[in-house]
Amino acid sequence: MGIRFILMVNKQGQTRLAQYYEWLTLEERRALEGEIVRKCLARNEQQCSFVEHRNYKIVYRRYASLFFLVGVDNDENELAILEFIHLLVETMDRHFGNVCELDIMFHLEKAHFMLEEMVMNGCIVETSKSNILSPIQLMEKTS
Amino acid sequence: MASSSSPSLMDSLFQRSLDDIIKGLRHQQAGESAFVSKVLEEVRREIKSTDSHTKSTALQKLTYLHSICFVDMSWAAFHAIECISYPNFTHKKVGYLAISQSFQESTPVILLISNQLRKDLKSNVEVEVSLALECLSRIGNLDLCRDLTPEVFTLMASSRIPVRKKAIGVVLRLFGKYPDAVRVCFKRLVESLESSDSPPIVSAVIGVFCELASKDPKAYLPLAPEFYKILVDSRNNWVLIKVLKIFTKLAPLEPRLAKKIVEPICELMSKTGAKSLMFECIRTILTSLAEHESAVKLAAGRINELLIDEDPNLRYLGLHALAIVAPKHIWAVLENKEFVIKSLSDPDPNIKLESLRLVMAMVSESNVVEICRVLVNYATKSEPEFCNVILGSILSTCSNNVYEIIVDFDWYVSLLGEMSRIQHCQKGDEIENQLIDIGLRVQDVRPELVRVGRDLLMDPALLGNPFLHRILSAAAWLCGEYVEFIRNPVELMESLLQPRTSLLPPSVRAVYLESAFKALVFCLHSYLQSATSSDHSALGLSDPGVSSQSYDEYSGAHGENGEESGTTLIQENHITPDSVLRLLNLIDMAVGPLSGSYDVEIQERTRNILGFTELIKPVLSDSLHPQDERHKQQAEASKMVRLLHDTFSDELGPVSMSAQGRVPVPDGLVLYENLADLEAVCGSSLPASSATISFEGSHNVEGATSIFISDQKEESEPSSESTSLLAEHRKRHGLYYLPSEKNTEHHEANNDYPPANELKSGVTVSNDAQDLAKLAEQSFLPKRKSKQVKARPVVVKLDEGDVLPISSKIPQAKDDSLSEAVRDVLLGNEADADTLTQKAAADSVSRKKGKEKLNAKEQEDDLDHMDSQSGTVQNPVKERSKRSSRKQNADEGDHGGDKGKQKRRHRHGKHRTREGVQNPPANVISQTPVPDLLL
Repeated sequence: MGIRFILMVNKQGQTRLAQYYEWLTLEERRALEGEIVRKCLARNEQQCSFVEHRNYKIVYRRYASLFFLVGVDNDENELAILEFIHLLVETMDRHFGNVCELDIMFHLEKAHFMLEEMVMNGCIVETSKSNILSPIQLMEKTS
Repeated sequence: MASSSSPSLMDSLFQRSLDDIIKGLRHQQAGESAFVSKVLEEVRREIKSTDSHTKSTALQKLTYLHSICFVDMSWAAFHAIECISYPNFTHKKVGYLAISQSFQESTPVILLISNQLRKDLKSNVEVEVSLALECLSRIGNLDLCRDLTPEVFTLMASSRIPVRKKAIGVVLRLFGKYPDAVRVCFKRLVESLESSDSPPIVSAVIGVFCELASKDPKAYLPLAPEFYKILVDSRNNWVLIKVLKIFTKLAPLEPRLAKKIVEPICELMSKTGAKSLMFECIRTILTSLAEHESAVKLAAGRINELLIDEDPNLRYLGLHALAIVAPKHIWAVLENKEFVIKSLSDPDPNIKLESLRLVMAMVSESNVVEICRVLVNYATKSEPEFCNVILGSILSTCSNNVYEIIVDFDWYVSLLGEMSRIQHCQKGDEIENQLIDIGLRVQDVRPELVRVGRDLLMDPALLGNPFLHRILSAAAWLCGEYVEFIRNPVELMESLLQPRTSLLPPSVRAVYLESAFKALVFCLHSYLQSATSSDHSALGLSDPGVSSQSYDEYSGAHGENGEESGTTLIQENHITPDSVLRLLNLIDMAVGPLSGSYDVEIQERTRNILGFTELIKPVLSDSLHPQDERHKQQAEASKMVRLLHDTFSDELGPVSMSAQGRVPVPDGLVLYENLADLEAVCGSSLPASSATISFEGSHNVEGATSIFISDQKEESEPSSESTSLLAEHRKRHGLYYLPSEKNTEHHEANNDYPPANELKSGVTVSNDAQDLAKLAEQSFLPKRKSKQVKARPVVVKLDEGDVLPISSKIPQAKDDSLSEAVRDVLLGNEADADTLTQKAAADSVSRKKGKEKLNAKEQEDDLDHMDSQSGTVQNPVKERSKRSSRKQNADEGDHGGDKGKQKRRHRHGKHRTREGVQNPPANVISQTPVPDLLL
């Protein structure tokens, strides 16, 4: 499966985007997000970005007021996932111009489409920023 | 606002947009849920609108609330399907997003989207195709995947790269849900591996293979040459990481492959600037190429670099890598021992945890004492959570494989006692298990166990800590069971019956009472014994009927041992008539009130004790006064006490967990089949419990009894009984316990056995991290010579009983069929594959039209194929010629690719006639999946 879920959470612990690659019920999601957010937000800058949780790992990174949390299988490459998060942020930056929490809130759909371009079935399929963004630009033209 | 259920024109005109909702949500600080439910009410009304814009906006809002506020949207499934059928792309994409966020395989209306998906998959608009593919990859179930396999297959050859890429991504879902799709799509997937001209395709396809190979690597071994090519040629780090992951799985299966890839991987590792790729190389080498010493050395070098890095992420990963290498190359860990020890006090709990694992990996017989000493000391200063993690890992490491690494059990037992007293200790259950387990297995350590147990029982402060109750229960049981080693049984009685025991839960209190009973019997017994023997010596009487035969042997046995515990002790503590009276009074006072307890266990045991004291009291009190009848009375008392004493004196030993299995099923006993169904349930739950040990009563055993009983008499006259539960259990189920011949242990105890306390002072326990650093120098070095020449005591092990029964897992049928299909395709049964392309197409057609005729025809086709195929396999001439042709191609040396090309040629030929008449299948012979490249 590789990537199991991707969360974007603000400093207050509110979920701003949640994408799951395996089916969870709403209750399970709520519980999971609660646990993870509690675990990760309590950590400081001097601590590493990897947290073991249940039977998988969470790789997270903080950008300004937003936390990007990715749940991955245990044999997934942590550093690659960190790079993936960075790539995601750079891509959003390119599209929104210095992306912030509000951009994601108001353009949740777009953020989802970017993720869909990058990840399929929990596998990273696209890592070129222009390739990721071109369908979105196409969509904007189409609609 | 209209309150009717159908939306009015007003609703449409003044519908709030998603942006309005988001703004509204942002301004709600406290009353968010009220706001959400209001919006939800609007949405429910608006979504019923026939206007596509109103409906899709409502759905959009709902989807937003669903993903941010956990609002249920399963009720809107049908509306989402309506939305994807709108021609307007904006509405369509809202519908698709809603579906991929909220549908699951079992959503009832899911099959309704099959036609719409097919339509969109065939669309000329690229983004529509993308949406449909994306959706299928998220929610595809068996039916959808089966129905849409032909469309996806077509798209895999699309000239539009983004579409092709996504089609490849979807294949993973198709294979997972509908394994027969492999026969259709696999070849195109393999072909895509070679499309080095378009990196996105390779990137996508390698991701798919990485996932597939992680489930069943063996099936993909024939593709090793293709993967190897990518490993050598690719410059994309993402792709390289995936390829390395694939090789991690493949290399252990084929040594020649491992040899082949070592060099390029090492090169990659030293050349790359990307830490992620470098780490993946390290991990691949450590997990799958650990036999290649030089590669491991190189990797260890890179690990050292990670460890000294500023970045905590790299330090963590460095430790993680060491943990991977530890089982096979402990030297790599030892090289970095200073760092590992230092990391125990890292500010990051994750790093601490990782280094703790490594420290435990370094533990050996020679350094276990020092490491545990330091760790326990460290645990006392840690925060509760980490403290318990440390304690837990000490407990599990030391008890591993029946206390394999423990030589000095006295030390270990006192360590257990010490751990119990650590403020944050919450490992009561585990410590309880180990205390009892050791008591049963290691005879020589019982005096020390009893000492530790007594110390715990004596301390009234411990009773207030609920985490310790399980440990206290174990301590009470041990002191009762092995009461003969107690220096002062009266004192033990007092601590077992102290007022604060009311703080204990009933189950533990019951154990306390039972132990008190055993101790009482033991006291009376030794009192009477000493009284009789002194009388005998005084009066010169010989009264073999009553006399203390067992007592003599007991003292004899202990005389041999030269141990201080036995005879001498009793003489020292000579139990006086006064102390017996005091004991009886104590019982009246402390136990008496419990006879009305609501807890059955407590009540029952209380009654037992009180009944016994009532019986014994008149006899004893008479005997306390010197009368004429004295001897007779005393004899009677002796008899009674001895009776009970003997009841308690059976030795308990570990029983093999599989003992039950060795009991032959008696004739006439029918084991009903439906009980076998329970095995799946019980199989997993049983071994998890503390059931490694059950108890054995030797009196039920006929075979080995003679040795056994005499052994017991020699060793002591143990007044032992476990809890009454146990006794009852033993009586009732005694038949099912089998003898363990190994129970006869040797008395190797030496006098020069160093007491545990001295060891304690032997190691410096200063309170600092320096201590940790010192440890690095002190221990982990093989040079250390053991201080004591003491042999390891016998630890009773049961032949196979200590190994938990491994419940064989039922392999997943789906994976099986998947890998079977892959194997079929790779081994060249491609004719079959073509049939299946048709079959899948025909399948969906027939499903649409509902005609069964087609199905029947297909089956005939299938049968034809099976015939012709079996024909080809039986043709050895063909096989040979094929092999020789392969040899000629040795310079290319790539039979997978070779075959792929053949397949492709074949495929092109066939593709045109796909819907046409069935061609006779090509003669393809199954070959062993070992690529020539590796030779």
